[in-house]
Amino acid sequence: MGSITLEHVNKTFGGHPVIPDVSLEIEDGEFVVFVGPSGCGKSTLLRLIAGLEDTTSGAIKLDGVDVTDKGPAHRGLAMVFQSYALYPHMTVRQNIAFPLKMANIDKAIAEQKVADAARVLNLTDYLDRKPRALSGGQRQRVAIGRAIVRQPKAFLFDEPLSNLDAALRVNMRIEITELHQQLKTTMVYVTHDQVEAMTMANRIVVLNAGRVEQFGTPLELYKSPANRFVAGFIGSPKMNFLEGAAAGKYQAEAIGVRPEHVRISRDAGEWQGKVGVAEHLGSDTFLHVHVDGVGLQTVRTGGENDYHPGEQVWLSPEPGRIYRFDRAGQALR
Amino acid sequence: MARAVSTRRKLTMTILVWLVALIVFFPILYTIITSLKTEGEAAAGFSMIPSFTFESYAAVLDQQDYLRPFFNSVVISIGSTIVALLIAVPAAWAMAFTPTPKTRDVLMWMLSTKMMPAAGVLVPMYLIFLNTGLLDTLLGLSIILTLVNLPIVVWMLYTYFKEIPVDILEAARMDGATLGKELVYVLLPMAVPGIASTLLLNVILAWNEAFWTLRLSTDDAAPLTAFIASFSSPQGQFLAKLSAASVLAILPILLLGWFSQKQLVRGLTFGAVK
Repeated sequence: MGSITLEHVNKTFGGHPVIPDVSLEIEDGEFVVFVGPSGCGKSTLLRLIAGLEDTTSGAIKLDGVDVTDKGPAHRGLAMVFQSYALYPHMTVRQNIAFPLKMANIDKAIAEQKVADAARVLNLTDYLDRKPRALSGGQRQRVAIGRAIVRQPKAFLFDEPLSNLDAALRVNMRIEITELHQQLKTTMVYVTHDQVEAMTMANRIVVLNAGRVEQFGTPLELYKSPANRFVAGFIGSPKMNFLEGAAAGKYQAEAIGVRPEHVRISRDAGEWQGKVGVAEHLGSDTFLHVHVDGVGLQTVRTGGENDYHPGEQVWLSPEPGRIYRFDRAGQALR
Repeated sequence: MARAVSTRRKLTMTILVWLVALIVFFPILYTIITSLKTEGEAAAGFSMIPSFTFESYAAVLDQQDYLRPFFNSVVISIGSTIVALLIAVPAAWAMAFTPTPKTRDVLMWMLSTKMMPAAGVLVPMYLIFLNTGLLDTLLGLSIILTLVNLPIVVWMLYTYFKEIPVDILEAARMDGATLGKELVYVLLPMAVPGIASTLLLNVILAWNEAFWTLRLSTDDAAPLTAFIASFSSPQGQFLAKLSAASVLAILPILLLGWFSQKQLVRGLTFGAVK
């Protein structure tokens, strides 16, 4: 079991509120991703759950039990750090066995568990090496091995993939998702990468300046963002926003259209503009169009198109795919 | 051309380094040379060539018990170092990993005690030692040496601990380590090089400390510094014997320094050079 409940959690650093007031309900077995720009408090929130930071006020409950005043060693959670944080003076075997040693688990049982974890993570051949003799991906796997070996109530991941190169990141992303499917243990994962959030999460918490902007499934966030911040943060490339007259026509302060929901034409449309940069990805092309009186807009088109920089084009939003926002940035439905 | 310049530069640097090393080592060298002279030769004036006699050593060892002050020096330098480490490890740990806005001030304050002339507190310290029965005891000398060197030990350990990523200690906490286990299984093994060089330096400092050891001991607890002092006479007639006594007193620590110099240099330059 591993449900995590935050009730009006507040964290202040030197008089400055980092987390003003957060309440969350993470269910047992869920994969929840905290996402947001840097400095939004997502890592702090994770560290509060871990017990590495003290809450200023509010309560944190694990399986309904209040653990707010318990230290990290007594919460039964496991954490994977961005820097891996392996013990450099221990071998891989000792690193993975460390939590079991701390829990005074019988040596024979511990050895068996380490061997099992190593097999799952393809580390069997490296058990007698020191961390410095491992590659980045292997170190990350050791850190995960150390986390899974003790069967914690939940796993906490603090931007675990940000030190890996792009190709390895995609592999590890899939490995962690598969691990979650196998173990079915609650996972809380912090990242600033919305692609990681969208692809891995059951539910996503979008954070901004220490506040929860929205908590929902990836598709909920994509299809019905609660406000302009979430709309702009989720989705790649970013949603286009239009204000002024273009928005007034839809009885809104601002409207948003995703690049994949903009139609482009040489003959007619709602907004006229000139093609600027074209980014060819092979499968898709992102056209950056300078629209008169509105600014730069991104359009997602097929991989093979023949629009050229400098060309005059017309853009129009797909009907029913326009997001409307009020003056405060809240979505109008 | 560039290569010629660099060779010449290397040569100049080498000569300079040797020169500095020689200047630093010269007093010790001259003490060793003088100890191998007769009293007559020693009194005769500057000369680098001794007659290689061991009569001064024989006289010194005959005249005075060497083993007792040697034993006293070992006890107070190692004893004070162990006590200093037991106090300094938790202190440095707290300041390095859970600093407060005042941590820097506390560190500076500790260091500032080293700036005060020791003679300024001699009388009160003497009276305290006298009234508590610590005068001329190994316990008393160990306490004073611990106090004298504690700021340096805390500073050195603090510097080493600062180099250890806090993530690793947090990982240990997440893995279920209590405070004690975190120190024993994670922090201390990682800090072994730093602790070893701090320990060595402190033993050397304690071994050589003369101001307090000479004034707070007379006979029972007198260490090697007192052994040397007993051969210095105002008449200056026993230079060879004094040198022999000095060599006997510094030899153990010189050998310790020699065998651990790699560790010491690594320790002292830790963090300064990456």
